[in-house]
Amino acid sequence: MADGRFEVRRKAGLRLWLSAAWLILLVIVALFAPYLAPKDPLEQDLFAGRLPPFWMQGADAAFLLGTDSLGRDVLSRIIFGTRIALTVAVISASLTCLVGAALGLLAGFYRGWADVVVSRFIDIWMAFPPVLFSILLIAVIGPGLFSIIAAIVVIDWTRFARVIRAEAMTQGAMDYVASARVAGRGRFGILLREILPNVLPIIVVLLTLEMGIAVIVEAILSFVNLSISTDDPTWGGMISEGRTSIHQAWWVLVFPLITLFLTVLSFSQLGEGLKNRFDPVLR
Amino acid sequence: MSFLSVRNLSARVKGGGTLLRDVSLDVAVGEVRGLVGESGAGKSMIGKAVLGILPKAVEITSGQIMLDGVDLLALPPAQRRIKVGATCALIPQDPLTALNPSRRIGPQITDRLVDILGWTRQRAEERALALLGEVQITDPTRVLRQYPHELSGGMRQRILIASAFAAEPKLIVADEPTTALDVTVQKQILKLIAALQVRHGTALLFVTHDLGVVSKVCQKLSVLYAGKVVEDSAVADFFRAPKHPYSAALLAATPKYTDPLAGLQPVPEAVIAAVRAEVGHG
Repeated sequence: MADGRFEVRRKAGLRLWLSAAWLILLVIVALFAPYLAPKDPLEQDLFAGRLPPFWMQGADAAFLLGTDSLGRDVLSRIIFGTRIALTVAVISASLTCLVGAALGLLAGFYRGWADVVVSRFIDIWMAFPPVLFSILLIAVIGPGLFSIIAAIVVIDWTRFARVIRAEAMTQGAMDYVASARVAGRGRFGILLREILPNVLPIIVVLLTLEMGIAVIVEAILSFVNLSISTDDPTWGGMISEGRTSIHQAWWVLVFPLITLFLTVLSFSQLGEGLKNRFDPVLR
Repeated sequence: MSFLSVRNLSARVKGGGTLLRDVSLDVAVGEVRGLVGESGAGKSMIGKAVLGILPKAVEITSGQIMLDGVDLLALPPAQRRIKVGATCALIPQDPLTALNPSRRIGPQITDRLVDILGWTRQRAEERALALLGEVQITDPTRVLRQYPHELSGGMRQRILIASAFAAEPKLIVADEPTTALDVTVQKQILKLIAALQVRHGTALLFVTHDLGVVSKVCQKLSVLYAGKVVEDSAVADFFRAPKHPYSAALLAATPKYTDPLAGLQPVPEAVIAAVRAEVGHG
């Protein structure tokens, strides 16, 4: 009996720690980017264009991961790109969570007309193709960090609202809610003290997943040149630039891609790991 | 004088079928009234209507619920909640969902004492400890710090009983409190409820479909069919001579331990047809 549970627990722990380690590394890199980056990410050197990474022939030891076609250091650009990626991930996911969770709880717990309004809104919202919607949105309000965050919030709140509405509904039908009502607690009090703690694990999982999604959305928008100004180093922008010279300089594309991949994976795995930690029954 | 007096209560699903038809019943101070009937007869609905926890889809169409001389249905929701919270409690059906899984046992018992009655946390905690002792939980100090999933179904039902009695309510609605438990635990729980009821002098509205339980715990009895009270008797009279043919058939349908080979006696079709015609159902 003990062995089966032990196995599950250990795996969850490893997943949690590995992903957390990667994300902590990213945070440190983002905070100390100017000190860690070997070069200025914007500095161009046309004579040092498309230098390969350090282990290949013709590499310059000063450019560890090589340079792009304009001679900018790939490593430094990835390091500075971390700043934008994490800023977008944390701010937009938190705001999305706040909006989506609040509306979801409102609809799922209070039901009635609040539910009708929110649910119809979600249905209508989800009928728009999300990427097109975000491109349209940014085309209207103009590119920039704020626009990306706004676009993610506006598009993705439905993801939270739907799931949390369903969960709030399930929890609301439980006997402990009835008991709390008999004990004289008001609706809002029940929502905060009885429902919310039970929905929290799901909120946390969704939040971390959303951070991963936000990183991807930011990359997509950079890819179609609708993110920050093209000079600023973003992972998506680097991938987009690298695509044009993939046959001559694959490293310009591949290194940001790996970083992006690991980051999104870490966010989703962190969510899973945290869920197992949070869940009182699994704990 | 009756503490709870339900008068001509009717309820229905919004835009749908009738659930309660003109229900009247009284529970005197310290009295135990059983509410029996088959599934869907509206037993639990009455309890829920009294406590104000009807599902949103259900609406009360007419009638009064007099609690301690006040018509609950005439009160604004906030006042009603406080009135009910201060004088009533619920022992729910399923102990597995009746405790919040993400909170410790302690606060779940003491919340009401602190929030509604304004006790200090320490006094509430002492009270919770005493009551956990009364429901025969060993090591109550530890239980208060545990989470619901760490306890068995029987333990959880004991905790819910302790919690229901904690605020010294005048009336407890027990909504099939033993249905979700296995038979050996059922008996202990019933004894426990009966003992606490006597000791605290609490009136009890006992919803059940088990006439055996009624005979052990209750003094009065209401038999429901399709949301209508077809018989209202003292329990002793009921078992001696049920007044209504439907309740007589219900009593005859109870399996007898003394004659296990007799087989089950279903309620005869003719009786069902008659009672349906009488209450105006379908």
